[in-house]
Amino acid sequence: MKLTDLPDSRGHFGPYGGIFVAETLMAALEELRVEYDKARNDPAFIAEFEYELKHYVGRPSPVYHAKRLSEQYGGAQIFLKREDLNHTGAHKINNTIGQALLARRMGKKRVIAETGAGQHGVASATVAARYGMECVVYMGAEDVIRQAPNVFRMKLLGATVVPVSSGSKTLKDALNEAMRDWVTNVESTFYILGTAAGPHPYPMLVRDFQCVIGRECLTQMPELTGRQPDAVIACVGGGSNAIGIFHPYIPYEDVRLIGVEAGGSGIASGKHAAPLSAGSPGVLHGFRSYLMQDENGQIIETHSISAGLDYPGVGPEHSWLKDAGRAEYVAINDDEAMAAFHDLCRFEGIIPALESSHAVAQAKKLAPTMKKDQIILVNLSGRGDKDIDTVAKLSGITL
Amino acid sequence: MSRIGQTFIALKAHNKKALIPFITAGDPGKGLTVPLMHALVEAGADIIELGVPFSDPMADGPVIQRASERALANKVGLKDVLAMTAEFRKTNTTTPVVLMGYANPIEHMGYETFALAAKAAGVDGVLTVDIPPEESAGVSDVFKAHGLDPIFLLSPTTPESRVEQVAAVAGGFIYYVSLKGVTGSANLDMDEVAQKIAMIRKHCSLPVGVGFGIRDAATAEAVARIADAVVVGSRIVSEIESAPEGACASRVGHLVAELRRGVDAASK
Ligand SMILES: Cc1ncc(COP(=O)(O)O)c(C=O)c1O
Repeated sequence: MKLTDLPDSRGHFGPYGGIFVAETLMAALEELRVEYDKARNDPAFIAEFEYELKHYVGRPSPVYHAKRLSEQYGGAQIFLKREDLNHTGAHKINNTIGQALLARRMGKKRVIAETGAGQHGVASATVAARYGMECVVYMGAEDVIRQAPNVFRMKLLGATVVPVSSGSKTLKDALNEAMRDWVTNVESTFYILGTAAGPHPYPMLVRDFQCVIGRECLTQMPELTGRQPDAVIACVGGGSNAIGIFHPYIPYEDVRLIGVEAGGSGIASGKHAAPLSAGSPGVLHGFRSYLMQDENGQIIETHSISAGLDYPGVGPEHSWLKDAGRAEYVAINDDEAMAAFHDLCRFEGIIPALESSHAVAQAKKLAPTMKKDQIILVNLSGRGDKDIDTVAKLSGITL
Repeated sequence: MSRIGQTFIALKAHNKKALIPFITAGDPGKGLTVPLMHALVEAGADIIELGVPFSDPMADGPVIQRASERALANKVGLKDVLAMTAEFRKTNTTTPVVLMGYANPIEHMGYETFALAAKAAGVDGVLTVDIPPEESAGVSDVFKAHGLDPIFLLSPTTPESRVEQVAAVAGGFIYYVSLKGVTGSANLDMDEVAQKIAMIRKHCSLPVGVGFGIRDAATAEAVARIADAVVVGSRIVSEIESAPEGACASRVGHLVAELRRGVDAASK
């Protein structure tokens, strides 16, 4: 069996993934599985998806040689996959278009979504407007404050934003609440899940929709450099931008795949969001994967400067790739991410998302250990306009 | 035969239906759960469903979610729930106790370790909300091997083909969730519930309990006319939530006694 043949028919990546939900959702997930199976084999569906990616999102997104940054970091050449240039400013739109097209196929007039940083919420509100669907976005009350500009964007796009005040008031609680909405309104509603996690078939279909990132790189890198990169780096929240760029590279065994989790105040401090680096396997949100949990199996609160990485679990395929040894996972602390954020602003004129800054920070660590003719490809998953409030606050500035 | 099986046989012999109240262990206080369990029995409970607190109760509505949060604030975990059951068993050896919760605390303890400890504590059945039959290999067989009944949910959206699949692994009784939605939702269509129960009975010989949306004697009576057991959760938990300190057991006792009258009225 090849690593790329997964998941199996019931959504397992080795011991990970699966369908761990209450009976009330089983029929809806089965309906989705069957419908997605038809759609992925339907040339008309694929053609429409590709048309939308090209004309609405603006794909392919460029790969850019960050020469000044590479010089600064002193070592390998750093290339950026510019997902930040997509419509709505992140990779999230690739997935929401795919799922909205599925929703339309299934005759669902209402879509719901959970969001952390607000990027997935914005991307969902965007496609809902684009296809004329009602949209409700669940967002942790804490994140509603942290990501105020995105809340306003969603409202401008006609979505209803529901702040979630249970639990830790962040992404995981928004996900719980979206699931509850789905259980209650299952016949009329399509749940647009924002990352490569959740019960089967979500991790698979989100991956499939995001794989456009890596597939483009497979042709762009040889065009630009004559070969494939030595290492591919991506940040990992739930894991969708990472799996999107990693997956097409899995068969290229010489290419190192490095996922970067949020190290928060440092792994040793316990205040982080790095389940692959410092967690253990368990079941949450409908799937089995590495999790951040306490000695009683309760999910613990996560900490990260970036709302989009502030999640105690991780998509099941990453757990599998970690155990299989095909991908490595590391953690980058808040202050390292902040430093990389400023580097990219000053040396390249690109304001990156704080999530993506974690990946850049890992390149900063890795590049000096490599030769000048070696190549690192960083997935720049999103732009940082949404984060300028957070960054200003950290610098003691009120906007 | 398990205590759950015996309970249903005894009830049937007296032409009665089962009343199954739900409370979350550790809510409102760690020391109050065992007294509450005894109060439930005194007021007419046949089986007790004891919620295991979890940080992310995805399938529960706000009422039970808050109960879970209160219990976690009281530092109540799975081990404490087992200790409470053992304590309850010291003076009650007849009323079945079913633990209801989510997979992760049990998975974290280890299914085998948990099953051994649960049996030793006097637990009779286990309902893990987020383990459907498809994922239950290595779980329900372990439970069964240790004499625990694996309880499964069926819902209005469950197709007939799946009912057979659930029946093949289930033990104790079938828990039919009578509404779409999370716990604590409203509205109950009795005709629809009756039709579903008839369909379930075609494929499954286990007793059928109905839960979600039962809030008073009248709804309890209506459900008891068509099902073998009436499960009441959110209504009881909200009584616990609103009861003044010290009045919890008596308020809950009152409510359960009222539900009991409703259930018994169905068999007159
Ligand atoms: C720009 C950006 N990158 C990364 C992420 C993390 O999500 P994922 O790991 O699914 O790519 C987010 C999530 O909000 C995001 O907005």
